[in-house]
Amino acid sequence: MTAADPPVPFDPYHVGRGQDSDPSRGHGAGGPASKRVIVAYGFWIFLLSDIVMFSAFFAGYAVLSGNTAGGPGARQLFDLHNVAIETACLLLSSFSCGMAAVATEARNKAAFYLMMAVTFVLGAAFITLEVREFAALIAQGDGPSRSAFLSAFFALVGCHGAHVSVGLLWLLTMMAQVFAKGFRPEILRRILCFSLFWHALDIIWVAVFTVVYLLGVHP
Amino acid sequence: MLLGKLNWDALPLHEPIPLAASGMMIAGILGVVLLVLLKGWAPYVWREWITSVDHKRIGIMYCLLALVMLLRGFTDAIMMRSQQALAFHSAGYLPPDHYDQVFSAHGTIMIFFVAMPFVIGLMNFVLPLQLGVRDVAFPTLNSVSFWLTAVGVLLTNISLFVGEFARTGWLPYPPLSELRYSPGVGVDYWLWALQISGVGTLMSGINLVVTILKMRAPGMTYLRMPMFCWTALASNLLIVAAFPILTATSAMLIMDRYLGFHFFTNEAGGNVMMFMNLIWAWGHPEVYILILPAFGIFSEVISTFSGKPLFGYRSMVMATMCICILAFMVWLHHFFTMGAGGNVNAFFGIMTMIIAIPTGVKVYNWLFTFYGGRIRFTSPVLWSIGFMVTFVIGGMTGVLMAVPPADFVLHNSLFLIAHFHNVIIGGVLFGAFAGYTYWFPKAFGFRLHEGWGKAAFWFWLVGFYVAFMPLYVLGFLGMTRRMQHYDVAEWRPWLLAAAAGAGLIALGIGCQVAQLVVSIRHRRKLADQTGDPWDGRSLEWATASPPPAFNFALMPDVSGEEPYWAMKDAAFARGGLTDEPKYEAIEMPRNTATGVVTAFFATAVGFAMIWHIWWMALFGIAGAFATFVAFAWRDRSEFEVPAAEVAAIDRLNRTARAAAVARPRAF
Repeated sequence: MTAADPPVPFDPYHVGRGQDSDPSRGHGAGGPASKRVIVAYGFWIFLLSDIVMFSAFFAGYAVLSGNTAGGPGARQLFDLHNVAIETACLLLSSFSCGMAAVATEARNKAAFYLMMAVTFVLGAAFITLEVREFAALIAQGDGPSRSAFLSAFFALVGCHGAHVSVGLLWLLTMMAQVFAKGFRPEILRRILCFSLFWHALDIIWVAVFTVVYLLGVHP
Repeated sequence: MLLGKLNWDALPLHEPIPLAASGMMIAGILGVVLLVLLKGWAPYVWREWITSVDHKRIGIMYCLLALVMLLRGFTDAIMMRSQQALAFHSAGYLPPDHYDQVFSAHGTIMIFFVAMPFVIGLMNFVLPLQLGVRDVAFPTLNSVSFWLTAVGVLLTNISLFVGEFARTGWLPYPPLSELRYSPGVGVDYWLWALQISGVGTLMSGINLVVTILKMRAPGMTYLRMPMFCWTALASNLLIVAAFPILTATSAMLIMDRYLGFHFFTNEAGGNVMMFMNLIWAWGHPEVYILILPAFGIFSEVISTFSGKPLFGYRSMVMATMCICILAFMVWLHHFFTMGAGGNVNAFFGIMTMIIAIPTGVKVYNWLFTFYGGRIRFTSPVLWSIGFMVTFVIGGMTGVLMAVPPADFVLHNSLFLIAHFHNVIIGGVLFGAFAGYTYWFPKAFGFRLHEGWGKAAFWFWLVGFYVAFMPLYVLGFLGMTRRMQHYDVAEWRPWLLAAAAGAGLIALGIGCQVAQLVVSIRHRRKLADQTGDPWDGRSLEWATASPPPAFNFALMPDVSGEEPYWAMKDAAFARGGLTDEPKYEAIEMPRNTATGVVTAFFATAVGFAMIWHIWWMALFGIAGAFATFVAFAWRDRSEFEVPAAEVAAIDRLNRTARAAAVARPRAF
């Protein structure tokens, strides 16, 4: 210990008493955290609650996946080829979304628009493929009313699809905001939240892909 | 076509009771609106309340909403008690169709629109003050949350006049709630009211979690937070983790009813018991969401009025967080009779009994806080003592029902009804009343009248015992819940006693109304001059009553538990205040109509979905989105309170404090 070190406060129970130069840890000594930390932290908590909601749909799917009521099961219905393309679109869109975040850090508007546009196209392609899959199932009489298994399938995958659709709307709104207002602090915070949202949807899709499609076709 | 399923038959023009009730309600609302308009208060109400993003104003509006809905929910209770008192060998005066709506509405309103807004309102008002900060983490979101809760209230009350409410009980159990057995709009009213207000509750939970975890005054480490902040943290964590399950479950039932899905139907492989599991995976944490903040209120009240720090603070924190976790591990005890098997039932029975341990720790801590204290028997203390006695009885009957074989006998009997009213009235409601009395002077600058408050307490306490102890007996006599009429002579005297008890509670509510009126009329005499009427210990008492918009002119610097008590100690030792600080300008969030406009569109969506008016639903969704975009487009989100104004406001507070320090200390 050199003379320059500050004295270490007595803290036998490790309750975070005393020096705490990093306010983002929120242990208290530093006072309220910065706005950026508060917004991002709040959005993380929202994402966790959203994941809890998805877990209820996953639980529903797990309970009902065998209840085909004499109708077709996962093995007869799912086309992994289609799902592979969907997955590729979504994962690539996460990469381009990350690039948009890099462009934001560099305050490069052109790169931001380009990367957000790529993200939009990939996301829209994902939604289009999903809607085509749903439409085909309904057309052949295997819609959500066919069996509890199909109800749970349409609800779980559709819930994810609805999130992606909302995300696309949000993406366009963010592009318009940057166009109209530039990279202002509150807009930077919103871009941060958007990219958290987009990546979280990717994580949920990995679970959907595994639990519904992979385990469905290869149990 | 344009109005979906809506037509003139939806209005209760041939049913006198709902017609009179809705007529009174509409007259009441119109009366208030007219009064506001004629007196010229409209701009003030709009500017200072409806569009306010101040956590104190929003908290007060939450509590007001809860108190108004308490009257509505209690009216339902009186109707049920009088129906059962009359309906021996007769049909009573409420036809089954109406009686079923009354008990469903009573439960829904009391849990979602009385207990929830009351505790959320108190947390909203108190948390930033106790944490020593200027507002919650997301002030505009807070306003949106409140107004979405109000939408749920509005839709539930519209059902009285337009259409019908659910007849399925306070939780719409399938298959009864499925389209085949409930083809009307009643269940849809429940679903959309709860879906919309549930989003508001979730947002409020996120907001308060972030406020507690990320926005505390400098030096306020976790183990320096007042107990109420801890219990609020546990409660809001539970909201964040549990309310999404309610949203998902309601969404599944909505898909069943609107789109022909088969989640919970009897046909095509649907699983009814999955609804019970999902709804109680939310529902059990929900009861802890309600009771934990009440525990916090009692901790504050008992410590303040005993003139002592809370006994066993750390064990109280541990107990709170244990309950927070255990709350998610007991849901199956709501349906032991499902037939999950002996091992599963044994697990959940034992887990349920384990929850009694941290709760017991809390009761002993409160007792030991009283012990050796210099107790002032104010009405908040009376509510606390009434709670401790009543809640222990409720807890013991709960442990009794946690034994699966006993539960098989008592399931869905009036014993259960007695048990949960025992803990919700004796716990949550008494706690809310204690908090209401305790923090009222902080909110409005004058105390509530003690005499009327004590009278209200005694009527409530005695009324509660007279109304609900007979239900335990009736449960043992085999009476099941939700009976519209009966022909068992042994039940009659107990039901008459219960009705009399409801009458006593009505007198208690009457005393509370009188208390409010008398206190407002005598507000000069009851004024809180110092901002610290109870000789308090936590930071909310360090600022003026009512606090300025920015709460604290300077953010307090916390160096221990009970920071305000330490400040007072120092001031009395010094014989005066510290030197006047250098004031700086304060940035505050600007008010916005986003919340109330969103609520308008959300009401449109809810009403449209209930009545299948699809164009209106689309209009509402588009409107809500446009509102958010408009909010996101505004250029100025904050305004500055100049340093001179801050100084002027704080000097008044300092003058009052200096006068208080000049007087001899109470203890």
